[in-house]
Amino acid sequence: MSAIAFWGAVELGLIYGFVALGVYLAFRILDFPDLTVDGSFPLGAAVAAVAITAGWDPWLACLIAAVGGAVCGLVTAFLNVRFGILNLLASILTMIALFSVNLRIMGRPNMAVLNRETVVTPFYDLGLPDHLVRPALLGVLVLVTVVLLARFLASDFGLAMRASGANPRMARANGVRVGGQIYVGMALSNALTGLGGALFAQIAGFADVTSGVGTIVVGLASVIVGETLFRTRALFLALLACVIGSVIYRIAVQLAISTDVLFLRASDLNLVTAVLVALALILPRLRGAKGAVQ
Amino acid sequence: MISVEALQVVFSAGTPLERRALAGVDLTLEEGEFCTVIGSNGAGKSTLLGAVAGDVVPQSGRIKIGDRDVTRQAPARRAKRVARVFQDPLAGSCANLSIEENLALAAMRGKRRGLGSALRAERRDDFRERVKELGLNLENRLGDRMGLLSGGQRQAMALVMATLSGAEVLLLDEHTAALDPGMAEFVTDLTRRLVAEHGLTTLMVTHSMRQALDLGTRTIMLHEGNIMLDIAGERRKEMTVDGLVDMFRRVRGGAELDDDALRIG
Repeated sequence: MSAIAFWGAVELGLIYGFVALGVYLAFRILDFPDLTVDGSFPLGAAVAAVAITAGWDPWLACLIAAVGGAVCGLVTAFLNVRFGILNLLASILTMIALFSVNLRIMGRPNMAVLNRETVVTPFYDLGLPDHLVRPALLGVLVLVTVVLLARFLASDFGLAMRASGANPRMARANGVRVGGQIYVGMALSNALTGLGGALFAQIAGFADVTSGVGTIVVGLASVIVGETLFRTRALFLALLACVIGSVIYRIAVQLAISTDVLFLRASDLNLVTAVLVALALILPRLRGAKGAVQ
Repeated sequence: MISVEALQVVFSAGTPLERRALAGVDLTLEEGEFCTVIGSNGAGKSTLLGAVAGDVVPQSGRIKIGDRDVTRQAPARRAKRVARVFQDPLAGSCANLSIEENLALAAMRGKRRGLGSALRAERRDDFRERVKELGLNLENRLGDRMGLLSGGQRQAMALVMATLSGAEVLLLDEHTAALDPGMAEFVTDLTRRLVAEHGLTTLMVTHSMRQALDLGTRTIMLHEGNIMLDIAGERRKEMTVDGLVDMFRRVRGGAELDDDALRIG
């Protein structure tokens, strides 16, 4: 694997680090299996692509993409909290609807964002090689997000959110409006995913309605890799582990694809990811069952 | 103060499974009164507690806490004034949060939860003091996961959590039933002390006749959704466990003794 391919993988891993943080928030904090991200990631990309093409400031484009993602999360939360639709099903409904919405936003299935002013453009003049500028900028952005998110979860409000996911009955008995927490948590989770999509569009140079397929699995893979490598209870480290998990996952995929021995092609990516996640979910259970027998 | 007027609760209304859990219960507890509730399974004890807490929505009747009507108020909103400890030690606290995080969650009950750090230094000092008073040597383990504590320790912590944020009413639903005898006694003593210290109006469901008479200032017996016995003061002082068991049998129709009658002890 060449240095450029390596840094490319890191770059992609950092972009999907935002998705991993969103997935962690939904799955681990709120205990809400949320497939909305498969729609809010391409939504973020589509919104950013359209806004930037229209000549808007790229940072503003990112902000709008995040707000758009948040709205997607709110729709899923609304279906679940207000009408009691099963969380997984509610998120699938939003995801399916978003496919059409994303086509509407762009007016076509995909869109190029080449030769436009993006969030990275100003930093190319600083003297670093291009393939390092992008990971550096993304690394700073994702690190700031991790710090803010960790502080949020350690606050009174964040603590109530963690309790809502872990023990809703106890949370209610302590005066926490669990439904409200689900709204805020889902909005935040999908805002992060939408932001990830916006950054993806700018750095990869395109937005595509199908780019959301499997986002949830990639996010979950990152969370699991992070959790396996860093067993920690400290919030900041647990969040950082998601991002590192995402980067490691991308490097592993890059390695697998660039090694001829494994007979893998780029198109096998989804199969490999699914197998990895399935294994990661099965292994701890097998270990537990063995321990129980002994 | 709690006042319950003509409270009716019907489960599965309009179906073949319809069951009247509370059949027009009237009950007023003065401020600081500690009332124990006994009755066989299905008598409506937990339903009564659930209705006061807001988990169970009554078909008719009124519930007032202090002088505010809370009949239609959601449980989370009522929680400001109503604290609860459940029978299951796992239900009252969050296993995945640390001891101090659980305390911080309870300390903000009924208040606006902002973005300030939940574990501020002065708050932690306060928690340390409160936990130290328990005498369980947990004050140096505040950062440990709640899940690492025993059932009894968790139940003791649940009681501390219940008294952290100035609730007026305490609801205890067989909160010592799942504990070993030693720990049950510890939690019972702790209950007595905390209720007195904070002047809480308390409603405690129990299956133990002994505990029903030992704790508190008043005892009521429920049967098929009605209050069959309501004793306080002198009459209650003279009541023995045997007398109460007799009363219990008579209320149930005397003859049949099924397995839940064997739980009287």
